[in-house]
Amino acid sequence: MTDNIIKVGMADVNCTKHPGVLVTLGLGSCVGIALYDIKIKTIGLAHIMLPWSHQAKNNANRAKFADTGILLLLEKMSEAGASLKNIVAKLAGGAQMFSFSGNSDMIRIGQRNVEATKEVLQQLRIPVISEDTGGNYGRTIEFYSEDGRLMIKTIGHGIKYI
Amino acid sequence: MDLSLLNSFHLDVLKEIGNIGAGNAATALAKLLNKKVDMKVPQIRIMGFSEVNEVLGGAETPVVGILLSVLGDISGYILFVLEQSAANTLVNILMSKKPDEELEYNEITLSALKEVGNILTSSYLSALSTLTGLNIKPDVPALAIDMAGAILSVPAIEFGKTTDTVLYIETEFIEGEDRVIGDFFLVPDTESYIRLLDSLGAMC
Repeated sequence: MTDNIIKVGMADVNCTKHPGVLVTLGLGSCVGIALYDIKIKTIGLAHIMLPWSHQAKNNANRAKFADTGILLLLEKMSEAGASLKNIVAKLAGGAQMFSFSGNSDMIRIGQRNVEATKEVLQQLRIPVISEDTGGNYGRTIEFYSEDGRLMIKTIGHGIKYI
Repeated sequence: MDLSLLNSFHLDVLKEIGNIGAGNAATALAKLLNKKVDMKVPQIRIMGFSEVNEVLGGAETPVVGILLSVLGDISGYILFVLEQSAANTLVNILMSKKPDEELEYNEITLSALKEVGNILTSSYLSALSTLTGLNIKPDVPALAIDMAGAILSVPAIEFGKTTDTVLYIETEFIEGEDRVIGDFFLVPDTESYIRLLDSLGAMC
C-alpha cells in the first residue's frame, strides 16, 4: 500500500500509526532518528541536519537540530498517544560524504550529529537499540510501524534491516 | 539580508553569473570530450531544505559529485554533479580507452575524475572572477559517488547554520539531443551572493 508511505524531508519530522511507513531518501551527513512506541505501534522519524540548536545563528526551525528535533518529534508522538517510557530509538546516517584534506568542521558534521543525538536520547532515557551510522556513503531509510523494522538501502553497501 | 528579498532583477544577475561561469566550463568540457556540449539556461533555485533532496532526478539517483570550497573574496561551495555514464565516458576518453568500456573505480580513475572536476570548476570560477573583478579561487576537490540527495545535502548543511533556505545557481549540461550529462551548482553563502551582486552594481 503506497498510501501509507509518508516522506520525511531534510529538517523535517513526522509520525504515523500502524500501518504507516516513514521514508527518508538520500541521508548523507544528516541523521535519521527513528522512534518507536512498542506498545501502540506508533512511529516517528526526525531528519536532522545539525547537532545543537544553540550553536546556530538561526534556530527557528526546530526540526533542523538534533536536540530540538527530538523534542519536537516526541511532542508530535505524544499527541498521537505515544508515551516516553515505551519508546525506543534506532539511528541511521551521519556519514561523511566527502573527505576533505582541509580542517573545516564540516568534515566531522556527520559524527557530531550522531554524538549529539545519542546525548539527547540518553538524557531522555530513550534506549538506542540499533544503529547504522558513520561511513562515507548515503542511505535511504524506511521505517515500518508494523514491527519497528528500519530498512537501510545504500549504493554499493547493500540493504539491511536494523 | 534574507533570500526572500531578492527581486527578479537580482535573480537575473545571478542567472547571468551562472551563464558565464558554466559557459566557460562547458567549453572546457567540450574540449576534454572532443564533443559538442550544450548548456541550459541557468536556474536559480531558492529552496527549503525539505525540497533539496528532490533535485537531480531523485534523491536516490547514483551520481558522481565533485565538491570544492570557494575561497577568496566570496565563500561557499561549487558542486559539479556528473551522471554516472557520462563520468564513465569522460574517464575512458582521458585514459585513451574505448568510450563505452566499463569503468572500474580505482585510485587512478578517481583521481582522473577529480582532475576533470578541478578543470571545470576552475574554468567556472575564473570566468566569474574576471566578470566581477573579485578574487575567487577553488580549494582542493573532494569526490563522492553516491545518492544525489546525500551529496546535495552537504552544501545545504552549511546553509543550515544561518538560514532555512538554500540558494543554488544551477546549470545543466547537455550532450546530443537532450541528454543531461552533468549539473553545476554554485552555492554561495549569504554574504557572498550579496558581494557578487554588489560587484556587478546590482545592489542598491
